[in-house]
Amino acid sequence: MPKVRIPTPLRQYTGGNPEVDVGGGTAADALGDLTEQHPDLRQHLYTGDGKLRSFVNVYKGDEDIRYLDGPDTQVSDGDELSIIPSIAGGSARRRCR
Amino acid sequence: MPLKIGAGDVGHIHDHAKETYPQECSGVIVGMDVGEMKIVVDVWRAENTFEEDERGHRFLIDPKEYIAFEKRAGERDMDILGVYHSHPDHPAEPSDYDREHAWPGWSYVIASVSENGVEDMRSWLLKDDRSGYEDEPIVG
Repeated sequence: MPKVRIPTPLRQYTGGNPEVDVGGGTAADALGDLTEQHPDLRQHLYTGDGKLRSFVNVYKGDEDIRYLDGPDTQVSDGDELSIIPSIAGGSARRRCR
Repeated sequence: MPLKIGAGDVGHIHDHAKETYPQECSGVIVGMDVGEMKIVVDVWRAENTFEEDERGHRFLIDPKEYIAFEKRAGERDMDILGVYHSHPDHPAEPSDYDREHAWPGWSYVIASVSENGVEDMRSWLLKDDRSGYEDEPIVG
């Protein structure tokens, strides 16, 4: 089975597991299976309208799936997908002083 | 749950915030979550990869640098406990932009820095429903 590697902050939603076995097909299928198994992950991975959050990166091996076939990237037995956070933030735009 | 962070690591964050002022600095805090508190063992600087002219109020850590941090922490039997960053000329409080980009369970340490130095430093935790933050006490 393919596996999805879970980053540290999301392991609280996978019972502490750093990896979850998922069904194959496409990357979208694999992530769909992941969030069916662990529904509390959904709000941290997807926006309200069902799009992957912009700061959530999904890698197949060492490649960002955005540079492969995106959600249609094929995922087979033995493949490993990794959810990698882009860590971003910053203050409000207007300077306060 | 308090965040225990020693004076040396506080000093590293303050130094980083002052060096990059008026741009934001960022990095990760690593250590152990022992249940009743998180113990910071080290802080590692990250490169701010946001577009240069926006770095006064934005930071971004490259995913590949994050992968390297996770690997380095794992090799030392530690976890990434959270992220620090600075708010130049702004309070040490998370913005809406911070909230939109935050990860659950992580400590978000924010240092308010001005031309006079670091004015304040606080730590925050994202609420489970992503609606806001809870103040997380910092202990020495």
